[in-house]
Amino acid sequence: MISPDKCIGCRTCEVICSFSKIEAFNPKNSRVSVIAYDEAAISVPIMCMQCEEPSCMIVCPVSAIVKNKDGTVLIDENKCIGCKLCVSACPLGNITFNTGERKVVKCDLCGGDPYCAKFCPSEAIRFTEASPKNINRKMLIAEKFKELFGEVEE
Amino acid sequence: MFGWTGNILRVDLSNGTVKKEPLNLQDAKMYLGARGLATKIYMNEVDPNVDPLSAENKLIFMTGPLTGTFAASSGRYEVVTKAPLTGTIGASNSGGHFGPELKFAGFDGIIFEGKSEIPVYLYINDDKVELKSAEHLWGNNVFETTDEVLKETSMDARVACIGPAGEKGVLFATVMNDKHRAAGRSGLGAVMGSKKLKAIAVTGSNSVKVAKPKEFLESCIDARNKLKAHPVTSTGLPTYGTQILINILNESGALPTRNWRDGGYFEHAEETSGETLTEKYLVRNKGCFGCSIGCGRVTRIPEGKFKSFGEGPEYESGWSYGANCGVRDLAAISKANFICNELGVDPITMGCTIACAMELSERGILSKDEIGRTLKFGDAEAIVELTEMTGKREGFGDKLAQGSYRLAASFGYPELSMSVKRQEMPAYDGRGVQGMGLAYATSNRGGCHVRGYLTSPEILGVPQKLDPLVTTDKAQWLKIFQDLTAVVDSAGVCLFTTFALGLPEYSAMLRSALGWDIPDEEILKIGERIWNLERLFNIDAGFSKADDTLPPRLLEEPMPSGPAKGKVVELQEMLIEYYQVRGWDENGIPTDEKIEELSLR
Repeated sequence: MISPDKCIGCRTCEVICSFSKIEAFNPKNSRVSVIAYDEAAISVPIMCMQCEEPSCMIVCPVSAIVKNKDGTVLIDENKCIGCKLCVSACPLGNITFNTGERKVVKCDLCGGDPYCAKFCPSEAIRFTEASPKNINRKMLIAEKFKELFGEVEE
Repeated sequence: MFGWTGNILRVDLSNGTVKKEPLNLQDAKMYLGARGLATKIYMNEVDPNVDPLSAENKLIFMTGPLTGTFAASSGRYEVVTKAPLTGTIGASNSGGHFGPELKFAGFDGIIFEGKSEIPVYLYINDDKVELKSAEHLWGNNVFETTDEVLKETSMDARVACIGPAGEKGVLFATVMNDKHRAAGRSGLGAVMGSKKLKAIAVTGSNSVKVAKPKEFLESCIDARNKLKAHPVTSTGLPTYGTQILINILNESGALPTRNWRDGGYFEHAEETSGETLTEKYLVRNKGCFGCSIGCGRVTRIPEGKFKSFGEGPEYESGWSYGANCGVRDLAAISKANFICNELGVDPITMGCTIACAMELSERGILSKDEIGRTLKFGDAEAIVELTEMTGKREGFGDKLAQGSYRLAASFGYPELSMSVKRQEMPAYDGRGVQGMGLAYATSNRGGCHVRGYLTSPEILGVPQKLDPLVTTDKAQWLKIFQDLTAVVDSAGVCLFTTFALGLPEYSAMLRSALGWDIPDEEILKIGERIWNLERLFNIDAGFSKADDTLPPRLLEEPMPSGPAKGKVVELQEMLIEYYQVRGWDENGIPTDEKIEELSLR
């Protein structure tokens, strides 16, 4: 889960993501990107959300993309032909093509213990199920609405 | 190549040529990177007696071998040149994301030489490097310039630039990057302005590699765990920012008040503190590249005549405009600080220069006519107005743009400038923190707190508590702090990590990144080598023992109140010991044996 309200924009997630995949530091090779909005004072980590109905999987002409039993959407590099249709199909823009390595880049949740969540210093990225039990998160958002639209009397 | 990228960019601004050169690995091994390596390159190529604002001067941007990696808080790069404010070696580092991006583009650093006819900016997109006209940007502030350059180059580029202050040769103009981050001290932005270099934009797609990935990851995780466990880096700095120090220093009786005239206690300190900032104006924390601390403050003053939005203030600017100008209005302090970022001005020297003008004015040395307004300690509007005027060199701001030493000296009162080697001392009164007095007197870039931060042991008790009021062992402690700081700066990581990390942690990260097999002591030796190299530059540039001193106020006027009441800085006894500890002769010159031991020259 992503909490942009907690993100400090340090991009530690980008650094460690690339390292976990290629043993080198390269944000352009990261599966997660932090988009910063200076004036609005907010940074948003963006990554694959492991869709229930993955467009990338549906569009892939060689069935290189599968959803495993944990719900992780994975690319089989041996099958991938590099056509980049998945890049176009992802409605969230979370699959990219690394022009240096000529490879499609997508989050695989590091096999179940994602580095980005493990090393995020502000808990802006957490690896938990987005279930109705995450009530705190709901309340946090509700608070924001209250701040935005609530009638304040002082 | 591991750690370093192995490439240096050389840009001749006089004839507009750009060259890619291999990194001199021999120098890199001896001086690491960033501050150390850039100083070495600078000294190889430039006469120490060069006029800082002439075409003969060079300006170097340099990253360290850990910059852009998973190392703790690895967002730093250093700007090195001869400093116009002091005439000493100038070396200022900055965080944000610019330094790492330069490495991702495939370069360890950039050497600028000569002087352009017209304003230009440099655009680096991996190997594609070009100089572009900046005529349309000249006169723009830092934010406007950054936005426009991003639009013209690439939205994911990172920009370092100068504001109007750098263009107009304000002697304490900054180089700004990522809008709010500053290579702040000693006027390096004025050198950039003198070369008509408005900005550098960089975007890159290459990787930074390390020699032993698994060991490196382990050493970084160890460092990050220690940062998470230490109260200063896990709670103090993230919760209140660097401004947390206001109340701490005030309680220690070492928060310099009203141009250091009224001792170390400011009666309104609480109103200007990090606690107040957090409660009233903080929007959110911000971290530089790869940082787990996140001490940066995004701040909004929502209403009133100082309504504004920006980043900071940090402790030093919170003090320079606050206690040091006798100003208690945190909204005005914040706004003045934001203007510094917009115009590219060092808020430490700026606030201190205004404080000096306030004292000159209260004493009747400076007249209302000369200033264009009344000026007394405590005037919140004045700090905002005079900062704006200085950044643009308008009216009396033109005089303030010279810094407090030249200002006070021009009226015959140089002793009222609270500076060392013409650079204003930051926010720790040496009378109440004796080791900081020695640190100021011996810093290679004049009045400066981040070359040997003895406040850490003397006030915060990190790594162990020292009595701030005595001189015992301060020389030895300072040497170790100065040497280790040189290592940290040159590695490309943030000095704030030193609250939780020490030589073993930095050494472990450097060894595994570079594939080195040398003991910790050898790595600390690199720091000592860098310190001595800078000292040699200053000696060649005409500095001597006589310059290793403090303003008479700290040496002769006893602290009026508080825990340090009656104290002056016992500089002479500490200085004699310091020269001995350093292996320098009684005149503060490194001996032949020391030079040989460090393989210098």
